[in-house]
Amino acid sequence: MDMTSSFLLPLLGGALIGLSASLLLLANGRVAGISGVVGSLLAPVRGDIAWRVLFFGGLLTGGLLLAWLRPASFAAPASPSPGGVALLVAAGLLVGFGSRLGNGCTSGHGVCGISRGSVRSIAATLTFMATGVLTVFLARHVF
Amino acid sequence: MRPNISAFLSGLIFALGLGLSGMTDPANVLGFLDIAGHWDFRLAFVMGGAIAVHAALRPLIYKRKRPLFAAKFPVFSVSRVDRKLLVGAGLFGVGWGLGGYCPGPALTSLATGATQLLVFVPAMFAGMYLAQVLQARPSVSAGSPSLGTTPAP
Repeated sequence: MDMTSSFLLPLLGGALIGLSASLLLLANGRVAGISGVVGSLLAPVRGDIAWRVLFFGGLLTGGLLLAWLRPASFAAPASPSPGGVALLVAAGLLVGFGSRLGNGCTSGHGVCGISRGSVRSIAATLTFMATGVLTVFLARHVF
Repeated sequence: MRPNISAFLSGLIFALGLGLSGMTDPANVLGFLDIAGHWDFRLAFVMGGAIAVHAALRPLIYKRKRPLFAAKFPVFSVSRVDRKLLVGAGLFGVGWGLGGYCPGPALTSLATGATQLLVFVPAMFAGMYLAQVLQARPSVSAGSPSLGTTPAP
């Protein structure tokens, strides 16, 4: 069993995510909830744009670094998604709509919110975990 | 300038964390959500590690009067679970389970230019826009703060 198949890399990666959220809070006084950080760019407010664009740019730069140094981080580019384009569009719409309606996603609720003991975030995380598990169960074991 | 550098670094570290942890491969995410199959529990350590670090550092950060490059720390209104939160989180989970992508990993993976992200990410932004337009209507957002100004969650 190599490192990638153990829990060490997930733990290390998670620690980096916690560090990133702490840096953004310490330096910028902001919550590192990805859906909120980038979603607010769709209704930009003067004076509240640059840091969001730069955070987004950091994400993309990190993605480029990973693609260069550790391409195994990603799904194979050519791998067709099981359900095709329609499924990807539906998934994207639901992820975008749901994360903004519920005011957070895996990062904002699952990491930042739970870290401060927010009841809303705990409820949201339990909810999206439950519907995520149910969706995968239906897709893989029922249909 | 400095707040822009820290925001960029934060995004960069976030992406590297997602990549190293395995979150940027939807196969891992779907394996984690598939508790009835060959459950791949590894991604539980991602959230565990992130929460452990952030929960430990938060109180230290809040000992300061203000952030390094900003006027104030985020203020959260009284924590109240409402229907909007649960419906939103529920729909988000369905999309997450369908595609294996949540917003952070999707945007990080966009850098690879892979076709599935060129489809998923625009759809995600369309969904975000739709939610924001709906909530900007006074009848819907009555009694709860507008999403555009709330610093999540």
